[in-house]
Amino acid sequence: MNGFEGLWGYIVLILVGFLPADVWRLLGVIVGRGLDEESELLVWVRAVATAVLAGVIAKILFFPPGSLATMPLSVRVTAIVCGFLAFLLVRRSVFTGLAVGEAVLIAGGYWLVR
Amino acid sequence: MSSDANPEPLSVWSAFFAGLGASYRSVFVFVLVGTYVGLAALAQDYGFSLAWLMASTVLVWAGPSQVILISALGGGATLAETAIAVGLSCVRFLPMVVALLPQMRGPHTRARDLLLPAHFTAASMWVEAFRLLPAVPPERRVVFSNGLGAGFMSCALLGCIIGYFLTASLPPLLTAAMLFLTPMSFLISTARNARSLADRLALALGLIILPLLVYADIGLDLMWTGIIAGTVAYAVHRLRGHLRGARR
Repeated sequence: MNGFEGLWGYIVLILVGFLPADVWRLLGVIVGRGLDEESELLVWVRAVATAVLAGVIAKILFFPPGSLATMPLSVRVTAIVCGFLAFLLVRRSVFTGLAVGEAVLIAGGYWLVR
Repeated sequence: MSSDANPEPLSVWSAFFAGLGASYRSVFVFVLVGTYVGLAALAQDYGFSLAWLMASTVLVWAGPSQVILISALGGGATLAETAIAVGLSCVRFLPMVVALLPQMRGPHTRARDLLLPAHFTAASMWVEAFRLLPAVPPERRVVFSNGLGAGFMSCALLGCIIGYFLTASLPPLLTAAMLFLTPMSFLISTARNARSLADRLALALGLIILPLLVYADIGLDLMWTGIIAGTVAYAVHRLRGHLRGARR
């Protein structure tokens, strides 16, 4: 019970979830309409979008939500570095990088937190 | 499904199913199912129902923003505070959609055809669309993208359902591992797609600048990270272009 049961919960979801999220996607369609695939502006826009994704990564890594916060910072950073190195070393395989990063996080958490 | 003189190599439905199939072969299947199992644990902690979590997945369609939405509402933030926090975390969709649109647009694409793929735009779909769309005929790219997005969304919804049935028995170590899927997969897949110097620099600089902005207690940290790191990366890219041009 959290006060968001029934219809009210869905009205809240539309007001503070759907609308604030999709207004940016809609603006993207409006702004992007006139842009050419080869345009220089698009190189900048892509760099900004990539940098924001990097920001999301750093935010979860350094200021983690929920149970991820119980993992020490050293474990989180070691795990993401190991996962990234595995991705670079093993034929740029996303799956390998993901598996190695997760394995290091679980192993580190198991030894350090228990 | 036009029956023009030109034979259509790929019908609308086969393009949709090609996108759907591509999503299920993507590594993001694991990422999305796992991430939303983690989100289900979080949503249950805060007393949200499975139906509400699934509706938020369809409507918001952004893992990190849903973490913010659930923990803000569940933690007692006001509706205005929550809306601002979610809105700020979603500013990234503006440049993401702008960058993706020219890839997606065919010769006869109308603006309203782009609304659904824009809604499907999230990190998973953005990264995979850039990788896969060049091989898709231009007039079928919107439909293909919708298939891709619908496939990814179905994985996330499956994760919500699994999470609600599992979460009582999930140890915190495992839910931590689920929440770790987002940064790990975002880093690797963004690095894989970053072919130009500007993209690589933007990725590296963004990782460094965000913690600095947070420690300096500057508001709107995600937005400023994007603008600062993205602009510096672009400037270096331009400068290198000039130097190369001068040498020739």
